[in-house]
Amino acid sequence: MALIQTKNIRLNSKKELEDHRDGLNFNTQASQRVITVCCGTGCLAYGASKLAQAFRDEIKSQGMELQVTVKTTGCHGFCERGPLVVIRPENTLYQRVKFGDVAEIVTETISRNNVIERLLYSAPGSTDKITCEHDVPFYKKQMRLVFGANGYIDPTSLDDYIAIGGYAALSKALFEMTADDVIDEIRHSGLRGRGGGGFATGAKWQSTREVDDALKYVICNCDEGDPGAFMDRSLMEGNPHSIIEGMLIAAYAVGAHEGYIYIRHEYPVALQNAELAIKQAKSAGLLGEAILGSEFSFDVKISQGGGAFVCGESTALMASVEGRVGEPRAKYVHTSEKGLWDHPTVLNNVETLANVPLIINKGADWFYEIGTANSKGTKIFSLVGKVNNTGLIEVPMGITLREIIYDIGGGIPNGKKFKAVQTGGPSGGCLPEDKLDLNVDFDELSKAGSMMGSGAMIVMDEDNCMVDIARYFLSFLEGESCGKCVPCREGLKRMRQILDRIIAGDGQEGDIETLTDLSEALTMGALCGLGGSAGNPVLSTLRHFQNEYEAHIKDKRCPAGVCKPLITYNIIDGNCTGCNLCVKACPVNAITSQGKKQPVILDQTKCTKCGACYDVCRLDAVEVK
Amino acid sequence: MTITVNLNEATVNKVLAKHNNDASMLVAILQDVQTELNYLPKEALVTISECLDVPLSRVYSVVTFFKAFSLKPRGRHSIHVCMGTACHVRGAEKVLDKLETDLCLCAGETSTDMKFTLETVNCVGACALGPVVVVDNEYVGQVNTDKVKSILESCK
Repeated sequence: MALIQTKNIRLNSKKELEDHRDGLNFNTQASQRVITVCCGTGCLAYGASKLAQAFRDEIKSQGMELQVTVKTTGCHGFCERGPLVVIRPENTLYQRVKFGDVAEIVTETISRNNVIERLLYSAPGSTDKITCEHDVPFYKKQMRLVFGANGYIDPTSLDDYIAIGGYAALSKALFEMTADDVIDEIRHSGLRGRGGGGFATGAKWQSTREVDDALKYVICNCDEGDPGAFMDRSLMEGNPHSIIEGMLIAAYAVGAHEGYIYIRHEYPVALQNAELAIKQAKSAGLLGEAILGSEFSFDVKISQGGGAFVCGESTALMASVEGRVGEPRAKYVHTSEKGLWDHPTVLNNVETLANVPLIINKGADWFYEIGTANSKGTKIFSLVGKVNNTGLIEVPMGITLREIIYDIGGGIPNGKKFKAVQTGGPSGGCLPEDKLDLNVDFDELSKAGSMMGSGAMIVMDEDNCMVDIARYFLSFLEGESCGKCVPCREGLKRMRQILDRIIAGDGQEGDIETLTDLSEALTMGALCGLGGSAGNPVLSTLRHFQNEYEAHIKDKRCPAGVCKPLITYNIIDGNCTGCNLCVKACPVNAITSQGKKQPVILDQTKCTKCGACYDVCRLDAVEVK
Repeated sequence: MTITVNLNEATVNKVLAKHNNDASMLVAILQDVQTELNYLPKEALVTISECLDVPLSRVYSVVTFFKAFSLKPRGRHSIHVCMGTACHVRGAEKVLDKLETDLCLCAGETSTDMKFTLETVNCVGACALGPVVVVDNEYVGQVNTDKVKSILESCK
């Protein structure tokens, strides 16, 4: 990756920062064309980094290096359509761009200002081509305050971040506000923690500030073990300086001088970009001793996770930072008073910290206006599963699930019927169709038996079995439980065993009641949040989809056709043309050909129900019952 | 054999020096050593324990607690099947089944010729592309049973 980094500069005052920014603005006013290539994880999987290199080579070979910049950015959110390329300043969005398109884009769009129609987006079921990024329905209903900058800046360039107003909030806090002013501002904004708990950020900071201790810590939680959520990853990868700025402001407010960013090891790019950002900020005088020439000092280190979901729990995370096993402890004493190495510690999630510079820059009132009565601002959701436009979306609190899934997400693929949306990760719950008009915020989701969690939203259609989903979450949590407390260690195991039995067709009368009792016991008895909310997936599926449980237990039937012991695959003779695709796909030779144009025969005694035949059949000739 | 051990020790010492022998960086140190050696041999754990002045029992408990670590050598190609929720609802289980059948391995095992290690991971954070398989740190998205063959063929 070619870095265009201006000279190493140290900023020693507020004015020097502003002058430096003005200089950068001056450079960008030269009406430069920018080709931004999304290099978020999704687009990278489609070959975005090689695509960016191809653009650089093409620009060079056409001798246009002075007029055109190629910029690799963080995730734009619209992962479904990657690799994404946006030509600025016109904001022309090209989707699913291939290497073969590179030369044409440079010649046609850059040199001749012609839009290439075939690379434009059109909504499912429509032939209308949409040219501008912000006219695409996926982006239209969003409010991209925190996440929007991702598409404009190169995460490896400090100057890019400074050019869009970066570190202005830090200098405002340092030179125009006292620590109490900062806390007041955050408190009045109504910002609540985006990691799941939804605790008021201002109150958290206040309690750490009030403790009398010379040594305090600020930790940024980028563990994000929640399966289905990847907004913290995308923010850390795409805009790491905004998080460092948030940490600096938090540290100034509570009086901390040391901090950690805790990153899970599954996120290597986030780690790399955060490391680089820390290095850049240090050499520019934005981290370390006497920041921006003030009396305030703060230093950040990176601590790597080791792949344990329970480390999302504050006390477990701190144990892991200290180099110990990531087991949580009971929180008789809050971490804001006794946290890392027994010193007062503020632990905030990535997205929470990314909101902080915005609030300081634009004011608490501005932030307070967005959202609902008790949930302010925007929330980034990862909209994934059985939905047409998968990706990351940022929406104001209070938007309905229907707007999210249908207007932004484009509905359910392949004409299937919506069944449920799972919010809040393994600790959350599944909401059925009649909850689609629910206004999404912390309180409404809790009332409906689910939770905000970190913001994973997994859409499921009629082909998903809710009993299987409940079992999935239980076996996930069973595997991730640290085993320290009995309710979690034993309770989860027993619940999973009951669900295994139900799925195997051995469900008994009374199983539903036992599951409910065990879930409630876990809620009351578990040591930490992992166990305390582990019953949610079971309780919410029982509440909204009890008929599916009953079908498994009483009729020994899986209505969605998922649970292997309860289903059979059959060949529909009328549809089968004997193309033999399934014969080749079957790993156990359970299907035999009867010659051309003759339907194949499936031997049930050999069938392992792997579903390979169902997946390859293009004629709907394999049914699952 | 002695040469291997010495080389291991040199690598471990290099990693320890990079982290200034800081015991609080234990997880990161173990990770870096594992990246270098592909797993965590016993001698490496002993060296780490001695240099950081952390009891070997604690080093061992950290290694066995976190999923990222392996005490057994891993194959030349690592295949991680993401079992996150988004991948699960789109059929990750079937993909894992197919990989297990084709490789004759259960998740967590390494083939006898040391070519493949098959593992599951609880979400790699590429949920929009589910089901996702990570092959030697490269993400492959929207995998189905059909794609498994070409994934395995791409590992030479």
